[in-house]
Amino acid sequence: MASEEESAVKEPLDLIRLSLDERIYVKLRSDRELRGKLHAYDQHLNMILGDVEEVVTTVEIDDETYEEIVRSTRRTVPFLFVRGDGVILVSPPLRTA
Amino acid sequence: MLFFSYFKDLVGREVTVELKNDLAIRGTLHSVDQYLNIKLENTRVVDQEKFPHMLSVRNCFIRGSVVRYVQLPSDGVDIDLLHDATRREARGG
Repeated sequence: MASEEESAVKEPLDLIRLSLDERIYVKLRSDRELRGKLHAYDQHLNMILGDVEEVVTTVEIDDETYEEIVRSTRRTVPFLFVRGDGVILVSPPLRTA
Repeated sequence: MLFFSYFKDLVGREVTVELKNDLAIRGTLHSVDQYLNIKLENTRVVDQEKFPHMLSVRNCFIRGSVVRYVQLPSDGVDIDLLHDATRREARGG
């Protein structure tokens, strides 16, 4: 009985368990996104990611033309702890066209 | 408790704590508690020009809830140990 429960996918956190040691995509608050290898997580969605790329997206509005200038700032961090209260969603990496 | 244990093992290592207000503080991990509050020693602010508030601060206590990231040393972990601990923790729910 106990062994069957180990690999059963019953709740959303079990879905994340399937991605352990795999690359994932994480959407965070403040228009931030992370892509990295999931090494650890808990019920708060605190996580440790490896080989992480962070993308911060900002939208500037030109004073005269009122056009929206979208900027993305990227950086990579070898090993990162992410606090769960900033996490919006977790997913396998999206393939951007 | 998983990350509490992990950070306890990391005491004495150099880390960079990035706060939700974009301030990044580099220092030696002195201690941590169940809320993941962090005490750092020998602290330096990463971008000193942009954040002159803490030029003379060398030790600080950081409330866990204001942390966005903690940048960890690349050799700061046994990955397999983390995976096993996570599987155990996740199952315990």
